[in-house]
Amino acid sequence: MILGLFCFLSLLTIMSALSVILSRNPVYSVLSLILCFFSIAGHYILLSAPFLAVVHIIVYAGAIMVLFLFVIMLMMRTSDVGLTSWVKRIGSFFVVGVLGVTIVALMQRGTLVLPRYLASVEGSVSSLGRVLFGQYAIPFELSTILFLSAVVGVVMLGKKS
Amino acid sequence: MLDLFFIIQKLILVSAVLAITLVIAMYTTYAERKLAAFFQDRVGPNRAGPFGILQPLADGLKFMFKEAFIPANANKFLFVLGPSISMIAACMACGVIPWGSSLMIMGHEVPLQIADLNVGVLYLFGVVSLGVYGIMIGGWASNNKYALLSTIRASSQMISYEIAMGIALIALTLSTGTLSLKEIVSLQHGGHWNVWVQPLGFIIFIICAFAETNRMPFDLPECETELVGGYHTEYSGMQLGFYLFAEYINMFVSSTVMAALYFGGFNFPFLNSLGLSHNLVTLLGVGVFFAKIFALMFFFIWIRWTIPRFRYDQLMRLGWKVLMPLAIFNMLVTAVLILL
Repeated sequence: MILGLFCFLSLLTIMSALSVILSRNPVYSVLSLILCFFSIAGHYILLSAPFLAVVHIIVYAGAIMVLFLFVIMLMMRTSDVGLTSWVKRIGSFFVVGVLGVTIVALMQRGTLVLPRYLASVEGSVSSLGRVLFGQYAIPFELSTILFLSAVVGVVMLGKKS
Repeated sequence: MLDLFFIIQKLILVSAVLAITLVIAMYTTYAERKLAAFFQDRVGPNRAGPFGILQPLADGLKFMFKEAFIPANANKFLFVLGPSISMIAACMACGVIPWGSSLMIMGHEVPLQIADLNVGVLYLFGVVSLGVYGIMIGGWASNNKYALLSTIRASSQMISYEIAMGIALIALTLSTGTLSLKEIVSLQHGGHWNVWVQPLGFIIFIICAFAETNRMPFDLPECETELVGGYHTEYSGMQLGFYLFAEYINMFVSSTVMAALYFGGFNFPFLNSLGLSHNLVTLLGVGVFFAKIFALMFFFIWIRWTIPRFRYDQLMRLGWKVLMPLAIFNMLVTAVLILL
Protein backbone atom coordinates (compact mmCIF):
# COMPACT_ATOMS: atom_id res chain seq x y z
CA MET A 1 0.00 0.00 0.00
CA ILE A 2 2.71 2.49 1.03
CA LEU A 3 4.93 1.37 -1.85
CA GLY A 4 2.04 1.91 -4.26
CA LEU A 5 1.42 5.39 -2.86
CA PHE A 6 5.12 6.16 -3.09
CA CYS A 7 5.26 5.07 -6.76
CA PHE A 8 2.14 7.07 -7.61
CA LEU A 9 3.42 10.20 -5.86
CA SER A 10 6.87 9.88 -7.42
CA LEU A 11 5.37 9.48 -10.88
CA LEU A 12 3.14 12.50 -10.26
CA THR A 13 6.10 14.54 -9.01
CA ILE A 14 8.26 13.72 -12.00
CA MET A 15 5.48 14.20 -14.55
CA SER A 16 4.44 17.54 -13.11
CA ALA A 17 8.05 18.71 -12.81
CA LEU A 18 8.62 17.79 -16.46
CA SER A 19 5.45 19.59 -17.41
CA VAL A 20 6.76 22.73 -15.68
CA ILE A 21 9.65 22.98 -18.12
CA LEU A 22 7.99 21.47 -21.19
CA SER A 23 4.71 23.38 -21.39
CA ARG A 24 4.62 26.36 -23.72
CA ASN A 25 2.12 28.32 -21.66
CA PRO A 26 3.69 29.81 -18.50
CA VAL A 27 0.37 29.58 -16.64
CA TYR A 28 0.38 25.82 -17.20
CA SER A 29 3.95 25.75 -15.88
CA VAL A 30 2.91 27.47 -12.67
CA LEU A 31 -0.06 25.14 -12.23
CA SER A 32 2.14 22.09 -12.80
CA LEU A 33 4.58 23.43 -10.24
CA ILE A 34 1.71 23.69 -7.74
CA LEU A 35 0.80 20.06 -8.48
CA CYS A 36 4.47 19.15 -8.01
CA PHE A 37 4.50 20.83 -4.59
CA PHE A 38 1.38 18.93 -3.61
CA SER A 39 2.92 15.59 -4.53
CA ILE A 40 6.07 16.48 -2.57
CA ALA A 41 3.81 17.29 0.39
CA GLY A 42 2.36 13.81 -0.07
CA HIS A 43 5.88 12.40 0.27
CA TYR A 44 6.31 14.32 3.53
CA ILE A 45 3.09 12.78 4.84
CA LEU A 46 4.36 9.31 3.90
CA LEU A 47 7.54 10.12 5.83
CA SER A 48 5.25 10.91 8.81
CA ALA A 49 6.07 14.61 8.80
CA PRO A 50 2.58 16.14 8.52
CA PHE A 51 3.75 19.45 9.93
CA LEU A 52 6.33 19.83 7.17
CA ALA A 53 3.74 18.83 4.56
CA VAL A 54 1.20 21.40 5.69
CA VAL A 55 3.77 24.18 6.06
CA HIS A 56 5.11 23.31 2.60
CA ILE A 57 1.60 23.74 1.15
CA ILE A 58 0.94 26.98 3.06
CA VAL A 59 4.24 28.62 2.14
CA TYR A 60 4.76 27.41 -1.43
CA ALA A 61 1.31 26.66 -2.85
CA GLY A 62 -0.54 29.16 -0.69
CA ALA A 63 1.75 32.17 -0.88
CA ILE A 64 4.65 32.02 -3.29
CA MET A 65 2.87 30.40 -6.22
CA VAL A 66 -0.03 32.86 -5.90
CA LEU A 67 2.48 35.66 -6.44
CA PHE A 68 4.02 33.78 -9.40
CA LEU A 69 0.59 33.37 -10.96
CA PHE A 70 -0.14 37.03 -10.25
CA VAL A 71 2.95 38.25 -12.06
CA ILE A 72 2.53 35.88 -15.01
CA MET A 73 -1.14 36.72 -15.50
CA LEU A 74 -0.38 40.43 -15.50
CA MET A 75 2.85 40.41 -17.52
CA MET A 76 2.34 37.60 -19.99
CA ARG A 77 2.07 38.31 -23.67
CA THR A 78 1.53 35.12 -25.66
CA SER A 79 3.92 36.32 -28.39
CA ASP A 80 7.15 36.22 -26.40
CA VAL A 81 6.95 32.67 -25.13
CA GLY A 82 9.78 30.21 -25.63
CA LEU A 83 13.53 30.17 -25.35
CA THR A 84 15.20 31.84 -28.27
CA SER A 85 18.52 33.10 -26.99
CA TRP A 86 21.51 30.78 -27.49
CA VAL A 87 22.95 31.87 -24.15
CA LYS A 88 19.87 30.52 -22.40
CA ARG A 89 20.05 27.20 -24.24
CA ILE A 90 23.73 26.67 -23.47
CA GLY A 91 23.12 27.73 -19.86
CA SER A 92 20.30 25.24 -19.42
CA PHE A 93 22.37 22.40 -20.94
CA PHE A 94 25.16 23.27 -18.49
CA VAL A 95 22.84 23.23 -15.46
CA VAL A 96 21.21 19.94 -16.46
CA GLY A 97 24.66 18.41 -17.05
CA VAL A 98 25.93 19.39 -13.62
CA LEU A 99 22.77 18.06 -11.97
CA GLY A 100 22.99 14.77 -13.90
CA VAL A 101 26.64 14.25 -12.95
CA THR A 102 25.79 14.95 -9.30
CA ILE A 103 22.96 12.42 -9.30
CA VAL A 104 25.14 9.75 -10.94
CA ALA A 105 27.93 10.40 -8.43
CA LEU A 106 25.48 10.12 -5.53
CA MET A 107 24.11 6.86 -6.86
CA GLN A 108 27.59 5.34 -7.23
CA ARG A 109 28.44 6.19 -3.64
CA GLY A 110 25.25 4.43 -2.64
CA THR A 111 23.87 7.24 -0.50
CA LEU A 112 20.68 7.53 -2.55
CA VAL A 113 18.56 4.97 -0.73
CA LEU A 114 14.82 4.84 -0.28
CA PRO A 115 13.84 6.38 3.06
CA ARG A 116 12.28 4.27 5.77
CA TYR A 117 8.65 4.92 6.57
CA LEU A 118 8.00 5.37 10.25
CA ALA A 119 4.82 4.78 12.10
CA SER A 120 3.02 7.98 13.11
CA VAL A 121 5.15 9.96 15.55
CA GLU A 122 3.18 11.48 18.40
CA GLY A 123 3.54 15.19 18.98
CA SER A 124 5.89 15.77 16.07
CA VAL A 125 5.12 19.49 16.14
CA SER A 126 6.20 19.95 19.75
CA SER A 127 9.37 17.89 19.28
CA LEU A 128 10.21 19.90 16.15
CA GLY A 129 9.64 23.09 18.12
CA ARG A 130 11.94 21.93 20.92
CA VAL A 131 14.73 21.10 18.49
CA LEU A 132 14.24 24.33 16.54
CA PHE A 133 14.19 26.65 19.56
CA GLY A 134 16.64 24.67 21.67
CA GLN A 135 19.41 22.95 19.79
CA TYR A 136 19.22 25.11 16.64
CA ALA A 137 18.13 28.38 18.25
CA ILE A 138 21.00 30.48 16.87
CA PRO A 139 20.69 29.39 13.20
CA PHE A 140 16.92 29.85 13.48
CA GLU A 141 17.28 33.38 14.81
CA LEU A 142 19.86 34.19 12.14
CA SER A 143 17.46 33.10 9.41
CA THR A 144 14.73 35.30 10.90
CA ILE A 145 17.14 38.24 10.66
CA LEU A 146 17.59 37.34 6.99
CA PHE A 147 13.82 37.49 6.49
CA LEU A 148 13.60 40.77 8.38
CA SER A 149 16.26 42.32 6.15
CA ALA A 150 14.32 41.11 3.09
CA VAL A 151 11.16 42.77 4.43
CA VAL A 152 13.01 46.03 5.08
CA GLY A 153 14.54 45.86 1.60
CA VAL A 154 11.12 45.41 -0.02
CA VAL A 155 9.73 48.40 1.87
CA MET A 156 12.72 50.52 0.76
CA LEU A 157 12.33 49.47 -2.89
CA GLY A 158 8.61 50.17 -2.74
CA LYS A 159 9.19 53.67 -1.34
CA LYS A 160 11.68 54.66 -4.04
CA SER A 161 9.18 54.31 -6.88
CA MET B 1 -5.43 -1.16 11.88
CA LEU B 2 -6.99 -0.66 8.47
CA ASP B 3 -9.75 -3.18 9.03
CA LEU B 4 -13.06 -3.28 7.21
CA PHE B 5 -15.03 -1.66 10.03
CA PHE B 6 -12.66 1.32 10.04
CA ILE B 7 -12.95 1.82 6.28
CA ILE B 8 -16.75 1.54 6.25
CA GLN B 9 -17.05 3.88 9.23
CA LYS B 10 -14.89 6.52 7.56
CA LEU B 11 -16.71 6.13 4.22
CA ILE B 12 -20.08 6.69 5.90
CA LEU B 13 -18.72 9.64 7.84
CA VAL B 14 -17.22 11.28 4.75
CA SER B 15 -20.41 10.88 2.71
CA ALA B 16 -22.57 12.12 5.57
CA VAL B 17 -20.41 15.19 6.18
CA LEU B 18 -20.30 16.01 2.48
CA ALA B 19 -24.06 15.57 2.06
CA ILE B 20 -24.86 17.65 5.16
CA THR B 21 -22.48 20.40 4.04
CA LEU B 22 -24.03 20.59 0.58
CA VAL B 23 -27.62 20.54 1.85
CA ILE B 24 -26.89 23.22 4.44
CA ALA B 25 -25.14 25.37 1.85
CA MET B 26 -28.17 24.89 -0.43
CA TYR B 27 -30.61 25.98 2.23
CA THR B 28 -28.39 28.90 3.25
CA THR B 29 -29.28 30.48 -0.08
CA TYR B 30 -32.94 30.14 0.90
CA ALA B 31 -32.28 31.52 4.39
CA GLU B 32 -30.33 34.40 2.89
CA ARG B 33 -33.17 35.37 0.56
CA LYS B 34 -35.84 34.99 3.23
CA LEU B 35 -33.85 37.03 5.78
CA ALA B 36 -33.03 39.68 3.20
CA ALA B 37 -36.74 39.94 2.47
CA PHE B 38 -37.44 40.25 6.20
CA PHE B 39 -34.84 43.02 6.65
CA GLN B 40 -36.23 44.90 3.67
CA ASP B 41 -39.88 44.34 4.58
CA ARG B 42 -40.61 42.09 1.60
CA VAL B 43 -42.05 38.58 1.33
CA GLY B 44 -39.15 36.79 -0.35
CA PRO B 45 -39.36 33.56 -2.36
CA ASN B 46 -42.79 31.99 -1.78
CA ARG B 47 -43.78 30.28 -5.04
CA ALA B 48 -42.00 26.90 -5.06
CA GLY B 49 -43.64 24.75 -2.41
CA PRO B 50 -45.02 25.95 0.94
CA PHE B 51 -43.19 29.14 2.06
CA GLY B 52 -40.97 28.72 -1.01
CA ILE B 53 -39.17 25.84 0.69
CA LEU B 54 -38.36 24.18 -2.66
CA GLN B 55 -36.74 27.34 -4.05
CA PRO B 56 -33.10 26.06 -3.73
CA LEU B 57 -34.05 22.92 -5.70
CA ALA B 58 -35.64 25.05 -8.39
CA ASP B 59 -32.53 27.25 -8.55
CA GLY B 60 -30.29 24.19 -8.78
CA LEU B 61 -32.36 22.69 -11.60
CA LYS B 62 -32.29 25.98 -13.45
CA PHE B 63 -28.49 26.07 -13.21
CA MET B 64 -28.26 22.46 -14.43
CA PHE B 65 -30.49 22.92 -17.47
CA LYS B 66 -28.94 26.19 -18.61
CA GLU B 67 -26.23 25.98 -21.23
CA ALA B 68 -22.75 26.02 -19.74
CA PHE B 69 -21.37 28.44 -22.29
CA ILE B 70 -17.61 28.74 -22.80
CA PRO B 71 -16.50 31.95 -24.55
CA ALA B 72 -14.57 31.53 -27.81
CA ASN B 73 -11.38 33.22 -26.57
CA ALA B 74 -11.34 31.57 -23.17
CA ASN B 75 -8.88 28.88 -22.18
CA LYS B 76 -11.31 25.96 -22.11
CA PHE B 77 -9.44 23.65 -19.73
CA LEU B 78 -8.72 26.31 -17.12
CA PHE B 79 -12.20 27.79 -17.55
CA VAL B 80 -13.70 24.52 -16.34
CA LEU B 81 -10.94 23.93 -13.78
CA GLY B 82 -11.58 27.23 -11.93
CA PRO B 83 -15.03 26.51 -10.47
CA SER B 84 -14.01 22.91 -9.72
CA ILE B 85 -11.05 24.07 -7.63
CA SER B 86 -13.26 26.56 -5.79
CA MET B 87 -15.69 23.80 -4.92
CA ILE B 88 -12.98 21.31 -3.85
CA ALA B 89 -11.14 23.85 -1.70
CA ALA B 90 -14.42 24.82 -0.04
CA CYS B 91 -15.30 21.22 0.85
CA MET B 92 -11.80 20.14 1.96
CA ALA B 93 -11.87 21.92 5.31
CA CYS B 94 -14.72 19.70 6.60
CA GLY B 95 -12.27 16.82 6.96
CA VAL B 96 -10.73 17.96 10.25
CA ILE B 97 -13.78 19.41 12.01
CA PRO B 98 -14.79 17.47 15.16
CA TRP B 99 -18.57 17.31 14.72
CA GLY B 100 -19.19 15.52 17.99
CA SER B 101 -17.28 13.48 20.56
CA SER B 102 -17.93 9.82 19.69
CA LEU B 103 -20.67 7.23 19.23
CA MET B 104 -20.59 3.69 20.60
CA ILE B 105 -21.70 1.41 17.77
CA MET B 106 -21.55 -2.38 18.27
CA GLY B 107 -18.89 -2.09 20.94
CA HIS B 108 -16.65 0.14 18.81
CA GLU B 109 -15.98 3.77 19.62
CA VAL B 110 -16.60 5.80 16.48
CA PRO B 111 -15.23 9.37 16.66
CA LEU B 112 -17.38 11.89 14.79
CA GLN B 113 -14.39 13.43 13.06
CA ILE B 114 -12.98 12.33 9.72
CA ALA B 115 -9.31 12.86 10.58
CA ASP B 116 -7.85 14.04 13.88
CA LEU B 117 -4.67 15.61 12.52
CA ASN B 118 -2.22 16.87 15.09
CA VAL B 119 -1.72 19.85 12.75
CA GLY B 120 -5.46 20.46 12.24
CA VAL B 121 -5.32 24.25 12.63
CA LEU B 122 -2.49 24.49 10.11
CA TYR B 123 -4.40 22.24 7.71
CA LEU B 124 -7.37 24.61 7.90
CA PHE B 125 -5.10 27.54 7.21
CA GLY B 126 -3.57 25.73 4.23
CA VAL B 127 -7.00 24.97 2.76
CA VAL B 128 -8.03 28.61 3.19
CA SER B 129 -4.94 29.72 1.31
CA LEU B 130 -5.85 27.43 -1.62
CA GLY B 131 -9.30 28.97 -2.08
CA VAL B 132 -7.79 31.83 -4.03
CA TYR B 133 -6.71 29.57 -6.92
CA GLY B 134 -10.26 28.84 -8.07
CA ILE B 135 -10.95 32.54 -8.46
CA MET B 136 -7.56 33.34 -10.03
CA ILE B 137 -7.70 30.55 -12.60
CA GLY B 138 -11.33 31.16 -13.52
CA GLY B 139 -10.92 34.91 -13.79
CA TRP B 140 -7.80 34.66 -15.92
CA ALA B 141 -9.13 31.90 -18.19
CA SER B 142 -12.23 33.99 -19.00
CA ASN B 143 -10.01 36.31 -21.07
CA ASN B 144 -12.09 39.29 -20.04
CA LYS B 145 -10.56 42.43 -18.59
CA TYR B 146 -13.26 42.93 -15.97
CA ALA B 147 -12.86 39.35 -14.81
CA LEU B 148 -9.07 39.79 -14.65
CA LEU B 149 -9.33 43.06 -12.72
CA SER B 150 -11.62 41.54 -10.16
CA THR B 151 -9.41 38.45 -9.97
CA ILE B 152 -6.52 40.70 -9.00
CA ARG B 153 -8.69 42.43 -6.43
CA ALA B 154 -9.89 39.14 -5.03
CA SER B 155 -6.47 37.57 -4.72
CA SER B 156 -4.84 40.62 -3.14
CA GLN B 157 -7.76 40.87 -0.71
CA MET B 158 -7.51 37.20 0.25
CA ILE B 159 -3.73 37.27 0.65
CA SER B 160 -3.91 40.42 2.79
CA TYR B 161 -6.54 39.10 5.16
CA GLU B 162 -4.89 35.68 5.45
CA ILE B 163 -1.99 37.33 7.30
CA ALA B 164 -4.10 38.82 10.08
CA MET B 165 -6.10 35.59 10.25
CA GLY B 166 -2.93 33.52 10.62
CA ILE B 167 -1.58 35.74 13.39
CA ALA B 168 -4.92 35.54 15.23
CA LEU B 169 -4.67 31.75 14.95
CA ILE B 170 -1.12 31.84 16.35
CA ALA B 171 -2.41 33.67 19.44
CA LEU B 172 -5.15 31.05 19.79
CA THR B 173 -2.70 28.16 19.58
CA LEU B 174 -0.45 29.94 22.09
CA SER B 175 -3.26 30.01 24.63
CA THR B 176 -4.46 26.44 23.95
CA GLY B 177 -1.03 24.87 23.45
CA THR B 178 -2.15 22.46 20.74
CA LEU B 179 -2.80 22.41 16.99
CA SER B 180 -5.30 19.55 17.08
CA LEU B 181 -8.89 20.73 16.66
CA LYS B 182 -10.25 17.90 18.78
CA GLU B 183 -8.04 18.89 21.70
CA ILE B 184 -8.89 22.58 21.27
CA VAL B 185 -12.59 21.71 21.48
CA SER B 186 -12.23 19.42 24.47
CA LEU B 187 -10.13 22.04 26.32
CA GLN B 188 -13.14 24.36 26.14
CA HIS B 189 -15.23 21.95 28.20
CA GLY B 190 -17.34 23.52 30.94
CA GLY B 191 -17.84 27.01 29.53
CA HIS B 192 -14.14 27.82 29.17
CA TRP B 193 -14.72 29.10 25.67
CA ASN B 194 -11.75 30.54 23.86
CA VAL B 195 -13.74 33.63 22.98
CA TRP B 196 -13.44 34.72 26.65
CA VAL B 197 -9.68 34.18 26.51
CA GLN B 198 -9.13 35.64 23.06
CA PRO B 199 -11.84 38.29 22.48
CA LEU B 200 -9.65 40.49 20.27
CA GLY B 201 -8.37 37.46 18.39
CA PHE B 202 -11.95 36.37 17.71
CA ILE B 203 -12.95 39.81 16.38
CA ILE B 204 -9.92 39.81 14.05
CA PHE B 205 -10.69 36.25 12.96
CA ILE B 206 -14.33 36.93 12.15
CA ILE B 207 -13.49 40.08 10.15
CA CYS B 208 -10.91 38.08 8.19
CA ALA B 209 -13.44 35.28 7.69
CA PHE B 210 -15.80 37.79 6.11
CA ALA B 211 -13.02 38.91 3.79
CA GLU B 212 -11.92 35.36 2.93
CA THR B 213 -15.45 34.28 2.02
CA ASN B 214 -15.99 37.48 -0.02
CA ARG B 215 -19.07 38.32 2.01
CA MET B 216 -20.71 41.68 2.02
CA PRO B 217 -18.61 44.40 3.57
CA PHE B 218 -15.73 42.85 1.63
CA ASP B 219 -17.40 41.56 -1.54
CA LEU B 220 -15.23 43.69 -3.81
CA PRO B 221 -14.31 40.75 -6.09
CA GLU B 222 -17.87 40.75 -7.41
CA CYS B 223 -18.58 44.43 -7.03
CA GLU B 224 -21.28 44.63 -9.68
CA THR B 225 -21.40 48.41 -9.98
CA GLU B 226 -17.74 48.60 -10.99
CA LEU B 227 -16.77 45.25 -12.46
CA VAL B 228 -19.86 43.96 -14.35
CA GLY B 229 -20.16 40.64 -12.47
CA GLY B 230 -16.73 40.20 -10.94
CA TYR B 231 -14.49 37.22 -11.64
CA HIS B 232 -17.44 35.11 -12.84
CA THR B 233 -18.65 37.62 -15.45
CA GLU B 234 -18.23 35.10 -18.28
CA TYR B 235 -19.65 32.10 -16.44
CA SER B 236 -23.10 30.63 -16.88
CA GLY B 237 -25.01 27.48 -16.01
CA MET B 238 -23.73 25.11 -13.37
CA GLN B 239 -20.17 26.51 -13.56
CA LEU B 240 -21.52 29.83 -12.27
CA GLY B 241 -23.58 27.82 -9.83
CA PHE B 242 -20.40 26.20 -8.47
CA TYR B 243 -18.80 29.59 -7.82
CA LEU B 244 -21.88 30.92 -6.05
CA PHE B 245 -22.33 27.68 -4.17
CA ALA B 246 -18.69 27.61 -3.06
CA GLU B 247 -19.28 30.96 -1.36
CA TYR B 248 -22.07 29.47 0.73
CA ILE B 249 -20.01 26.38 1.56
CA ASN B 250 -17.18 28.68 2.64
CA MET B 251 -19.60 30.58 4.83
CA PHE B 252 -20.78 27.35 6.44
CA VAL B 253 -17.22 26.08 6.91
CA SER B 254 -15.93 29.31 8.44
CA SER B 255 -18.91 29.42 10.83
CA THR B 256 -18.08 25.82 11.75
CA VAL B 257 -14.43 26.67 12.35
CA MET B 258 -15.32 29.65 14.50
CA ALA B 259 -17.84 27.63 16.50
CA ALA B 260 -15.21 24.95 17.09
CA LEU B 261 -12.25 27.24 17.81
CA TYR B 262 -13.91 29.99 19.83
CA PHE B 263 -17.35 28.84 20.99
CA GLY B 264 -16.66 25.48 22.53
CA GLY B 265 -17.64 23.25 19.60
CA PHE B 266 -19.94 20.44 20.71
CA ASN B 267 -19.59 21.24 24.42
CA PHE B 268 -22.64 22.52 26.26
CA PRO B 269 -23.29 23.31 29.94
CA PHE B 270 -24.06 20.41 32.33
CA LEU B 271 -22.82 17.99 29.67
CA ASN B 272 -22.03 15.21 32.10
CA SER B 273 -24.57 15.86 34.86
CA LEU B 274 -27.65 15.02 32.78
CA GLY B 275 -27.31 11.31 33.48
CA LEU B 276 -27.99 10.35 29.86
CA SER B 277 -26.28 7.61 27.88
CA HIS B 278 -23.04 8.36 26.03
CA ASN B 279 -24.62 8.25 22.57
CA LEU B 280 -27.46 10.57 23.54
CA VAL B 281 -25.05 13.13 25.02
CA THR B 282 -23.00 12.99 21.82
CA LEU B 283 -26.05 13.55 19.64
CA LEU B 284 -27.14 16.46 21.86
CA GLY B 285 -23.62 17.85 21.49
CA VAL B 286 -23.87 17.64 17.70
CA GLY B 287 -27.19 19.48 17.89
CA VAL B 288 -25.66 22.21 20.07
CA PHE B 289 -22.72 22.53 17.67
CA PHE B 290 -25.07 23.03 14.73
CA ALA B 291 -27.09 25.59 16.72
CA LYS B 292 -23.88 27.57 17.25
CA ILE B 293 -23.02 27.26 13.56
CA PHE B 294 -26.45 28.49 12.48
CA ALA B 295 -26.23 31.45 14.87
CA LEU B 296 -22.90 32.46 13.29
CA MET B 297 -24.32 31.99 9.78
CA PHE B 298 -27.24 34.22 10.71
CA PHE B 299 -24.66 36.80 11.77
CA PHE B 300 -23.02 36.55 8.32
CA ILE B 301 -26.37 37.17 6.59
CA TRP B 302 -27.36 39.90 9.03
CA ILE B 303 -24.13 41.83 8.33
CA ARG B 304 -24.59 41.42 4.59
CA TRP B 305 -27.94 43.19 4.55
CA THR B 306 -26.92 45.87 7.07
CA ILE B 307 -23.48 47.21 6.22
CA PRO B 308 -22.50 48.75 2.86
CA ARG B 309 -19.44 47.74 0.87
CA PHE B 310 -15.97 49.12 1.61
CA ARG B 311 -14.00 51.10 -0.94
CA TYR B 312 -10.93 49.26 -2.19
CA ASP B 313 -8.35 51.52 -0.52
CA GLN B 314 -10.31 51.34 2.75
CA LEU B 315 -10.25 47.56 2.49
CA MET B 316 -6.47 47.47 2.05
CA ARG B 317 -5.93 50.02 4.83
CA LEU B 318 -8.11 48.01 7.22
CA GLY B 319 -6.27 44.80 6.39
CA TRP B 320 -2.70 46.02 6.58
CA LYS B 321 -2.75 49.04 8.90
CA VAL B 322 -5.43 48.07 11.41
CA LEU B 323 -5.97 44.32 11.55
CA MET B 324 -2.36 43.19 11.16
CA PRO B 325 -0.90 45.45 13.92
CA LEU B 326 -3.85 44.55 16.16
CA ALA B 327 -3.25 40.85 15.53
CA ILE B 328 0.47 41.20 16.30
CA PHE B 329 -0.37 43.16 19.47
CA ASN B 330 -2.82 40.43 20.48
CA MET B 331 -0.19 37.76 19.85
CA LEU B 332 2.45 39.59 21.90
CA VAL B 333 0.08 40.21 24.82
CA THR B 334 -0.95 36.55 24.80
CA ALA B 335 2.68 35.43 24.75
CA VAL B 336 3.64 37.75 27.62
CA LEU B 337 0.65 36.65 29.72
CA ILE B 338 1.54 33.00 29.19
CA LEU B 339 5.18 33.67 30.11
CA LEU B 340 4.25 35.42 33.38
